Order: sequence, then structure tokens, then C-alpha cells
Amino acid sequence: MNAVVIDAFAGAEVPQPDPNPAAEVKPMVRYKGVTKSFGDLQVLKGIDLEMQPGEKVAVIGPSGSGKTTMGRMLMTLEEPTEGTIEVDGELLWHMQEKGRLVRANEKHLHRMRCSVGMVFQHFNLFPHMSVLRNVTEAPRKVLGLSKEEAEERAVSMLGKVGLDDKLKMYPANLSGGQKQRVAIARALVMRPKVMVFDEVTSALDPELVGEVLEVIREIAEEGDMAMMLITHEMDFAKEIADRVIFGADGLIVEQGTPEEIFDNPRSERLQNFLQRFRSN
Amino acid sequence: MVAFFSAVLAIAMSFAAGLSRLSKLWIVRTVTAVYVEIFRGTSLLVQLFWLYFALPFIGIELPKMLAAILAIGFNFGAYGSEIVRSAVLAVPKGQWEASVALNMKPWQRMWNVILPQASLRMLPPFGNQLVELIKSTSLVYFITMADLTYQAMVLRNNYISWTTEILVLLLLMYFVIATLVSMAVRLLERKWTAGRL
Ligand SMILES: Nc1ncnc2c1ncn2[C@@H]1O[C@H](COP(=O)(O)OP(=O)(O)OP(=O)(O)O)[C@@H](O)[C@H]1O
Ligand SMILES: [Mg+2]
Repeated sequence: MNAVVIDAFAGAEVPQPDPNPAAEVKPMVRYKGVTKSFGDLQVLKGIDLEMQPGEKVAVIGPSGSGKTTMGRMLMTLEEPTEGTIEVDGELLWHMQEKGRLVRANEKHLHRMRCSVGMVFQHFNLFPHMSVLRNVTEAPRKVLGLSKEEAEERAVSMLGKVGLDDKLKMYPANLSGGQKQRVAIARALVMRPKVMVFDEVTSALDPELVGEVLEVIREIAEEGDMAMMLITHEMDFAKEIADRVIFGADGLIVEQGTPEEIFDNPRSERLQNFLQRFRSN
Repeated sequence: MVAFFSAVLAIAMSFAAGLSRLSKLWIVRTVTAVYVEIFRGTSLLVQLFWLYFALPFIGIELPKMLAAILAIGFNFGAYGSEIVRSAVLAVPKGQWEASVALNMKPWQRMWNVILPQASLRMLPPFGNQLVELIKSTSLVYFITMADLTYQAMVLRNNYISWTTEILVLLLLMYFVIATLVSMAVRLLERKWTAGRL
């Protein structure tokens, strides 16, 4: 029912569900009619969204519109109430069993999560591990890398975020910006195909925001990983996103290129939202 | 001896029961809840008597030592399970979420991420429990085992006029043991937190 709303605003470069699958690139992520309710509260009311491999999609919208919930579903932290999500052509939250769609079990989720990573607003670093250990833990335990391989990967990744001189520190002794950069390295080192960044700068002191955005910008320029950037940093979204999604009240109200969204907003909702944002 | 083995049993039971109470399976949760309630709801002395004097009637005869270890271990395990449970629940949700995002398996989340953090919270209450446990070993006197209290009572019978001194000494010895345990726990705590806070 809500697909109508979304299709009406779909950007030109967004392919519709393929009539001829072989002809084009498989989308990296595809939400189909996804809804989410917490008890009586319907937070998402029918999301249809596709992300191409390597595509950077910024998600903007007022507080409480369901942006975080949308990202958390992709990270398998929240289960959709209705609808399906596909990652790299495979269903994330469902699997086929005797020709029927059933809820995915932990094993299926484990396999699917290899492709997805997430950076959280509040970093969620492991406080009992050093910076290095934070970044090597999953490669060793989950990917089965040896200690040397994991450390090599981790150090090079920490170098990329400018923290290879802090390997032995514990998270408690880092600034917010440094913590978030470690968290980014920790997620990247797993080499996901798509990564969710959920307002990764909004818990930071203003003077620390820049260093984190700089790191994300560099990652984005490397190109091959798809990124879902949930953000209130409009300038940043405009600069690095291939496509911007404006969500409100659990629906995607408008989407398009950064120019379309920020310079030529069509819907009144978006115009008001941007106006309020600029006046702040 | 009794104190050592029952403490080991108590800690094992604490973790087993504490984690079972957080299980996804309701049957596991229920069985554990029943165990915890039974052992917390009745006194240790009753449990001790039951294991040592009542079980033989249904054909299970336990050596004194084993009866004492089991009673004390299960009793303190029941209390300890609450410590484990609440310490695990006190670890912020974000820690679980980060470990899911890194694709750890459920047991890896628990073992590598949650328990190390929860253990830190468990340490002080476990220290207190350990002191309580050591003191409670004096109860085994009632099933005529030779613990510290029993030895003291024997001594007292032999040297009736020294009663006060012997009892003071007994008190002191429990106190020293308890203090040593608390100190050890605090040391451990400091070592674990080093550099992290
Ligand atoms: N676990 C939950 N239980 C109940 N309600 C929830 C839960 N998680 C989110 N909500 C509700 O869902 C709605 C959408 O939340 P969500 O965090 O997705 O919004 P958001 O767009 O990310 O907002 P913000 O910009 O403030 O981060 C909110 O009203 C929130 O209170
Ligand atoms: Mg949010």
C-alpha cells in the first residue's frame, strides 16, 4: 500500500525490482514492504528500499521517524514485523524450508551477518579490552584468523583511522572521537559489504565531529562498500551520499540525489524539515 | 577442606544456575528457578540435616564430608546465581549489540564480551558470599564433622576453664580467614580493573 508513496518519488537511477534479473547488477540490500511495530506503536509503515553495491545512501528525517530501527533491522538487531529484507540477493530474516518461508535461525543469521557491519551512536567498544584487542577479537574468534594475521589487519585498519599509536590503550582513556574511530576500525576489519552508520557523530563534542567525518569520508572514497549513513549532518550527507532518503513517520517520503533533496525538495514535509534544520 | 570444595561447587552452581535463568528456553528457566527458590527458601541447617540424616531413608547414604559440601555448595550456589544473573543483566545492551554486529556466536558473546564485564560486578558480592560460606562451615559441627568449631568444642571440653579464651580464639580465626578472603578479592578486583577505568 505504501509502495505507491515511495515509487512516486523514486530517483531515476534507482532500478525497480528487476523484470530481467540477469540484465543488471543485483542490489546489495533490498527492503520489501518492511514494517515494524513495538507493541501497539507502528514505527515503520512499509519501507521499500534498494541499495546498490558500493552505494552510499544517507538517511535523514525527524527524530523518532524510525531511521535507527531501519538500520538495526539490517544488522539483525531488530526483526521486521512484516516484509522481507534481502542482502546480496538472499533473504536476511527468512529462509526457505520445504518451500515455505520461515523465520531465520541463528545459523542463517550468522551466515548473513558476514556481509553486514554497524557503527553505533554510543560506540559500544568493549571496555575490558585494549584498542588492539577490540579490533582483533572478532577477526580471530569469528573469521578464525591467527593472532598475527588479525593483528596485522587490525594495525593497518587502525592506521587508516589514525590510531595505530594507541594500540595498548583502553577505551576509557580515549576521547569520544578516538573511540568512534576505533569502533569504525573494528567494524571495517570484518570487511562487510554493507555498513550501517547510525548517527555516529551525535554523541560527540562538536570539536571532535570533524575527525570522525573525515575518516568516514575516506572510507566512502574507497568505494566498494555500500554505506547506510543515518545522520543529522546535512552538509556531510550532501557531500558524500549518492542518494538521500528522507523518512518521516515510518515512511520514505522522498528520495533522490543530494541536489534533488537539498536544493529542490518536492514534498512539504521535507521543505519544512530542511527549513527547521537551517534555522537551527 | 569443606570450605574449599563447597566454594568451588557454589561458584560452579552460581554460574550454571545464573546463566540458566537467562536461558531462552522456559523449561530451563523454570527448573533453575525452582532450585534457587528451594535452596534460598529453606535454611542451610535444614538442608544439611536433610542430606545427611534424611537421604539414608531413601537409600542414599552420603559421607559426612560430601553431605556438607553438597549442602553448602548448593545453598550458596542458589544465592550466587542471583549475583551472576543480575551482573549479566547489568552489562549494557550496547555490548550485546556490538557483539552481534561483529557476528559473534551466542556463546562467544557471553564468554568473550559479557562475562568478563559481569565478573567485575560479581566480585564484591561474591567476596561477601565467600566469607559467609566460610563462616557457615561451622554448621557442619551439627553433623559431627571436625571443623574448626568442632575442634574448639573438643578443646573446650578438655580445658573447661579456658572456654572464653578458646571461643575468642575461634572467633579470631574465623575473622582472620574472612579478612584474608576479602583482601584477596579486593586485590583481584584491582588487578582486573587496572587500566580500564
Ligand atoms: N525497543 C523499542 N521498544 C519500543 N519502542 C521503540 C524501541 N525502539 C524504538 N522505539 C520507538 O520507535 C520510534 C522510532 O525510533 P528510532 O530510534 O528508529 O527513530 P530515529 O528516527 O532513529 O530517531 P532519532 O533521530 O531520535 O534517532 C520511536 O518512537 C522510539 O521510541
Ligand atoms: Mg536514531
